[in-house]
Amino acid sequence: MDTMDFIIGKYNYWVYIVLMMIGFYAMIAKNNFAKKLVGMNIFQTAIILFFISTSSKTGGATIPIIQAGMDKAHQYINPLPHVLMLTAIVVMVSTFGVALAVLIMIYRRYKTLEEDEIMAILKMEKQI
Amino acid sequence: MNEQASILIIAIPLLVSVLNIPIGLLKRSLCYPLTVFTTLSCVYLSFVIADTVINTGNISYHVGGWEPPWGIEVAIDHLNAYMLVIISFVSFVVSIYAKNSIEKELLPDRIIYFYTIYLLLVTGLLGILVTGDLFNLFVFLEIASLAGYALVAIGEDKAPLATFNYIIMGTIGACFYLLGVGYLYIVTGTLNIADLTRLLPALYHSKVVLAAFAFFVVGVAIKIALFPLHTWLPDAYTHAPSTVSAFVAATMTKVGAYVMIRVMFTVFEPNFTLNALPTTEILGWVASAAMIFGCIMALAQTDLKRMLAYILVAEVGYIVMGVSVGNRAGFTGSVLHILNDSFMMVSLFFVAGAIMYKEGHRNIKNLSNLHKKMPVTMGCFIIAAISMVGVPPTAGFFSKWYLIHGAINAQKWFFVAFLLLSSLMVAAAFFRIIQNIFFQPSESHTTHEEPVRDEVPCSMLLPIVVMSISLLVIGFFSGQIIDSLIQHAVPKGF
Amino acid sequence: MDTITSITPIIVISTSLVATFLIFFTGERSKNLRETWTILASLIKFAFVVSMLPAVLDGKIIEFTLISIAPGLTIAFRVDALGIFFAILASFLWIVTSFYSIGYMRSMNEHAQTRYFCCFAIALSATMGVAMSGNMFTTFLFYEIITLCTYPLVAHKQTPEALQGARRYITYLLGTSIAFQLTAVFLTYTAAGTLDFSNQGLLNNARESGVSDIFLTIIFVLYMAGIAKAAIMPFHSWLPAAMVAPTPVSALLHAVAVVKTGVFVVVKVVLHVFGVNLLTELGLGTALAYTASFTIIVASVIALKQDNLKRRLAYSTVSQLSYVILGVALLTPSAIAGSIMHIVLHAFGKITLFFTAGAIYVAAHKTEISQLDGIGKKMPFTMAAFTLGALSMIGIPPLGGFISKWYIGIGSLEANQLPIILVLVGSTILNACYFLPIVYAAFFKEAKHDDNHGHGHSHSHSKHGLEEAPAIMVIPLVLTAIGAVALFFLPSVFLDLARMVVISATGGN
Repeated sequence: MDTMDFIIGKYNYWVYIVLMMIGFYAMIAKNNFAKKLVGMNIFQTAIILFFISTSSKTGGATIPIIQAGMDKAHQYINPLPHVLMLTAIVVMVSTFGVALAVLIMIYRRYKTLEEDEIMAILKMEKQI
Repeated sequence: MNEQASILIIAIPLLVSVLNIPIGLLKRSLCYPLTVFTTLSCVYLSFVIADTVINTGNISYHVGGWEPPWGIEVAIDHLNAYMLVIISFVSFVVSIYAKNSIEKELLPDRIIYFYTIYLLLVTGLLGILVTGDLFNLFVFLEIASLAGYALVAIGEDKAPLATFNYIIMGTIGACFYLLGVGYLYIVTGTLNIADLTRLLPALYHSKVVLAAFAFFVVGVAIKIALFPLHTWLPDAYTHAPSTVSAFVAATMTKVGAYVMIRVMFTVFEPNFTLNALPTTEILGWVASAAMIFGCIMALAQTDLKRMLAYILVAEVGYIVMGVSVGNRAGFTGSVLHILNDSFMMVSLFFVAGAIMYKEGHRNIKNLSNLHKKMPVTMGCFIIAAISMVGVPPTAGFFSKWYLIHGAINAQKWFFVAFLLLSSLMVAAAFFRIIQNIFFQPSESHTTHEEPVRDEVPCSMLLPIVVMSISLLVIGFFSGQIIDSLIQHAVPKGF
Repeated sequence: MDTITSITPIIVISTSLVATFLIFFTGERSKNLRETWTILASLIKFAFVVSMLPAVLDGKIIEFTLISIAPGLTIAFRVDALGIFFAILASFLWIVTSFYSIGYMRSMNEHAQTRYFCCFAIALSATMGVAMSGNMFTTFLFYEIITLCTYPLVAHKQTPEALQGARRYITYLLGTSIAFQLTAVFLTYTAAGTLDFSNQGLLNNARESGVSDIFLTIIFVLYMAGIAKAAIMPFHSWLPAAMVAPTPVSALLHAVAVVKTGVFVVVKVVLHVFGVNLLTELGLGTALAYTASFTIIVASVIALKQDNLKRRLAYSTVSQLSYVILGVALLTPSAIAGSIMHIVLHAFGKITLFFTAGAIYVAAHKTEISQLDGIGKKMPFTMAAFTLGALSMIGIPPLGGFISKWYIGIGSLEANQLPIILVLVGSTILNACYFLPIVYAAFFKEAKHDDNHGHGHSHSHSKHGLEEAPAIMVIPLVLTAIGAVALFFLPSVFLDLARMVVISATGGN
């Protein structure tokens, strides 16, 4: 019973772990650079979800906008992780942007984004 | 003024970095003096900060007037002050060097953006150093990394490929770091480093804290290219433009090492880091492997910059090894080695850039008779190489002295052996090059015409000379540097 | 014991450093001016070294601390009897060699002469640094500088063999010093907490403070392995390889500056790092003595087989260097005095021999011993000097080499090491075997008429005419040969200094 509670009660954390592993797998194992990039994005999103989860509180806490009759801190969810994640999203988007720009450079040069094909091209160029 | 200096040192380069674009579009030639002036002002501010820290104690500046732990704190002690001086000085010297080198290696329309991103990188690195907030540190880490990706990508033909690899690895490192921050936030509810130092000891039994620590160490290990997580580094630093290679090689890994030291010995207490997990033991062995592996790979290279990049992998091993032995001498050695290594790396990559500038290649087999063409540059190369090997009285010797002393005090005889072995291999790697330069009869000069003296322009030569002379100067003043800054940075309990 | 603080050691070292700059900036533009700097620097340096002599003979020690970089890492100088002994020797022979070098380099029309003279001057500065160093760190520093700045001298010819020889040279010297000597320095600092030399040995009290015997033994072995410049087997093979260098380099550096630095550091380690008492208690002296004996005999046997004159001299050097080590390892007063005397006596003898080898090469373009038949008639002065040098090496009175062998022999009796006497006798016979045939061939055999030797062919008609090398080369080698004789009759200053070293090391003071 405890185990079930542990698994179901913390389902949001499990989701983040699964997402993170999917992203991690894609970054390491995929052959296509664009897919690796997508994996990276999933990986980062998972971490954002994790941070957001940490701000939730049991007992019906709500969004941190002051309402009449609610003047206790525990009635509101923690706003700080949200703010942090706004910044992290900005970081993530810019990383994504830089990476896309680099991918365009790679594509212009090799006309492909498949890692093995690029390696083959490089090997051929070396022989010449 | 003195307290504001700590925030101005990141505000000024950030502001100028943005201003560079409109100014550069109006008149491109203004970018260079502007950048040099900005980094010069950073040097000045870093000296002001260091002076304040030495004479009046630690600086704590509350951004926007918000009290920590709610507001963001800029906290500077001896370690930050020391690092600030190194990084801003290196960035100043590199910015002088940049002009001719990048005009030769980059397309003209990219030059404005080069200076912009360069200053952004400087901002990021200085930001990591001044901030007293773990999440803020992550943001600056990413600013620095993003700027680094962009700068590496504008390099040679293969640079984008190397950059992509670098982005993937760098992002994994940053995400691990961020996870560590998240875990600590869950258990303590704070992000302020000073606050964490106060709150954490009561929670050391918690598994969350242990996991956070592990994430921090692995994440930072990727950022500093600690073997076996170094795979992105040689490619990226080889194909980047020479100026960029010099700057990132000298600063990125060093700042990463600073983050590692901060997390291991300020956020967590030394006795936790040294005793709770076998982390330091593992790090020590990994660092030893890095020393040996880096040197072996360096011996196998024919590309000068690639060889230097592998030596950098070994040097990172030195720094981590010194931290891992967990005593005063070892720590002093590591921190001193951060300074020495960044200066040595700058000098050596500068020389590689000068060779690229004049010869158009950097294959170490085709360097014969360069000492006749570029006597001053090659003289500086020898000083830097000797320092890298660790021959007294150059700076490299003194940090190795402390590192070995630390290893002996900790009774880690294997580390001593590895350190000496890797010094020998570095010696072999450099003497191979020196022999090629000075004594190899060149094939093309069969006609016995004396090569004409042909040095790089003054704006490149001067930084090279300054850096290599400073290697000797630092050597002689090692004792003073340790007395005034490093010994105060040694964490309590060592 | 009185100490004087004086800046003279710095002046001595910087004289030739200043000369280096002058030589470099004068360059090929004015060769005479460039050579003037070398000569001038060597004379000034010698004058300053000698100026310290009276104070040292008075029993005082001259000290000067240049800079203290960190605890234990101090660049400091300390001129005692042993230091001034070596400094006088090296700086005097530099004067002689400078003249000889000029003659040799000009006759051979060698390239890169500026580099050559620059490196030479730095090497001498560093040698002075070793001689006058006040602690093990300073010694190590100058020891490394010698290695680095003599590398270009060994590789001077830039031919593949020269490069290979130079590579072996740097590998052995730099490799062992970083791997072993530096470790030993670290361990010494760990054990004693200081690196400053003291007359009784800086590790003398280490045993009382709980440092184990095994630890001390390891340090000692590391030192001996790390000082490859002393060419103890099996770390000797760089020396024959370095013979690719021009002959003046072989003469000064590989008979005096470099190898003598090696044995000098060994003597320093034995007397001033460990101290006679400690080594006697540990029994390490005897072990070192037998290692040295092995080197003496084996190197002599190898020397017999060499046909190249310089290589034979090189193996002879390997063997003779171990005499010094043998003497000091016996740890008795007479043996130590003998070993210190051998530093100077061997220097005069061996530099004469190398000078003659160079003169023969310049005048007759001969490098092999089998080509030397009858050469004594063409080059009587050179070969007479060679004979004197060889006899001094063998140790026949009235030549200098006899004195040191005599003292070492007495020393081995004092130490009750009779087998050492046998080693001395055996090696004397071997020395005679590999030197006397050369002398015999040079004077008493008829010159072979080899027609393939085109260069000397036109001259060979004037059979009995003199074909000496230039006077600027012959005069130095005659001078050093006379020196080897004179030292037998007038060893006074050197012997006084050697006695002072012995008295202070064995605790008589």
